[in-house]
Amino acid sequence: MHFLFEPGFFTSGPVRTAAVIGALTAVVSAVVGVFTVVRSQSFAGHALTDVATTGGSGAFLLGLSPLSGFIAGGVVGGGAMEMIGVERARSRDVATGIVLGAATGCSALFLYLDTTQSATTGATQQILFGSIFTIDPSTVPTIVILSAATLLGIGVIHRPLLLGSVSAELASARGISLRVVGLLFMLALAIAVGLSSIAIGSILSTALLIGPAATALRITRSLRTAVAVACFLGVLTTWLGILLAYDSVSWDPSSQGLPVSFFIVAIVFLLYLASGLPFARQLSGRRAGGGPPQGEIPPRREDASLGAAV
Amino acid sequence: MFSGFMVNAWEVGTIVAIVAGVVGFFVVLRGSAFPAHAIPNGAFAGAAGANLIGINPLVGLGVFSLLAALGIGSLSRRGRADVVTALVLVMMLALGAAFLSQSTEYEPQIFSLLFGEILGVSSSKIVPVAILGLVSIVAIAVLYRRLVLNSIAPEIATARGIQPYRTDMAFLVVLACATTVTVPVVGALLIFTLMIGPPAAARCFTDRPGIAIAGSVVLALLTVWAALASSYEFNWPVGFFVGAFSAAWYGLGRIYAWWRRTSAPRGSGTME
Repeated sequence: MHFLFEPGFFTSGPVRTAAVIGALTAVVSAVVGVFTVVRSQSFAGHALTDVATTGGSGAFLLGLSPLSGFIAGGVVGGGAMEMIGVERARSRDVATGIVLGAATGCSALFLYLDTTQSATTGATQQILFGSIFTIDPSTVPTIVILSAATLLGIGVIHRPLLLGSVSAELASARGISLRVVGLLFMLALAIAVGLSSIAIGSILSTALLIGPAATALRITRSLRTAVAVACFLGVLTTWLGILLAYDSVSWDPSSQGLPVSFFIVAIVFLLYLASGLPFARQLSGRRAGGGPPQGEIPPRREDASLGAAV
Repeated sequence: MFSGFMVNAWEVGTIVAIVAGVVGFFVVLRGSAFPAHAIPNGAFAGAAGANLIGINPLVGLGVFSLLAALGIGSLSRRGRADVVTALVLVMMLALGAAFLSQSTEYEPQIFSLLFGEILGVSSSKIVPVAILGLVSIVAIAVLYRRLVLNSIAPEIATARGIQPYRTDMAFLVVLACATTVTVPVVGALLIFTLMIGPPAAARCFTDRPGIAIAGSVVLALLTVWAALASSYEFNWPVGFFVGAFSAAWYGLGRIYAWWRRTSAPRGSGTME
């Protein structure tokens, strides 16, 4: 056993908190991530980590709790992206970029003021690179409640959301307001990203949002299965990453081990690459040149021009 | 304001604004904002790695931004471009985190790579920035026709024998070239902001590519100059003013576009 699990792995408090919170954020990220990938909003999903960070540094400056700053930053930024770029799908990219640019500019100012006013430069590092091993246990209940609320919200809007993502005409014909659905989804995305970037850091937030979801969508065509597979992959990846990071300290006693984010992201990346290999494509029962099976999620029009299968 | 270290900042800021204005026009036109964000941010891992093994950080930046560009370009053939960009970006950031965890220097370096030190630029750094900036602009000039055609009318471009994949790759490499050298000088965040705000604003004012590029360069120059002057006056970070002015230009552009749409009689609107 000691070969696999270094002594103290199961009894360490930070490791246990990390495993629970990591799994929770992985599940929320995977569920929201499937819709993010289907709706081609990966850029927004990533940009929101930086926007949430701006909120976090602002909250630090005002002496508020970082969690409220992350959530508020994400919600305001996500709302702004959706308001600016709602007209045409192509301008969404620019809208995200504009909000990201403005937010990072504010980040630069807040972090500058943080460091000049409090004289502790550790603030920058903590805000930019949150770590799964340094989660403050007192924020755990809030994270759990907000995660549950996000999952519930996605559950409520998932039908109109999917219809709106796949066929805008059909959704409008059924009286669904794409604008409202888009705004609601952006709200869920902002909360999910804000939570995960404070709990596990902005790098892991994007990795767990996009990676497992994109991998799952490559190996299955049914949305329900994709959500389940993405959750499974997300949790598995997170736990494996935590284990490897914990063990890595003992690989080379002279060093301090490798960061957990490195292992999780590496596994996520490799899984995505592997899902594009021929055997994985066979697994999904997709024949080259064959017609799309029924119930398949067709790629959005702007992706079709990139020649993209998911 | 125009003496000593500020002279270098004015010079390097002007070069960066011109390059960002030209390259940024195509970033906005092609919807490549995400790669434009991912390449310079991911490249910081290269600097961290170079620092670890004791070679010039600029080499690490160059190698990693080229790797990021090629990785995004080639993987996009088989998967969604935005998904691939996100995953390549986090993979490089995670590598950067791993490199940093092995070295003892931590924060000041990250801070300067992300937010830049335009006010601390030494004159020896201006020459490489100018050279690579010139290379990027020449490359854009050479690729100009196929980039415009491929972005506006992909079918016509393909019919004329312009290969979309090669055009994508070429553009990503130009993007890598334009961002690498500017990252250690002005920071990954500032260069991204300059590549999106002014060009997106310029596109609101005109539909003609040539004029839009000129407008985008003018707005980028105004942004940088105003940001440097404000930063000098108020002693706040340059990056904040660049972000604020860029967003303001875009806001003005959208207001102008809206005003033109509503005031113009129906049917005489410009081609969308």
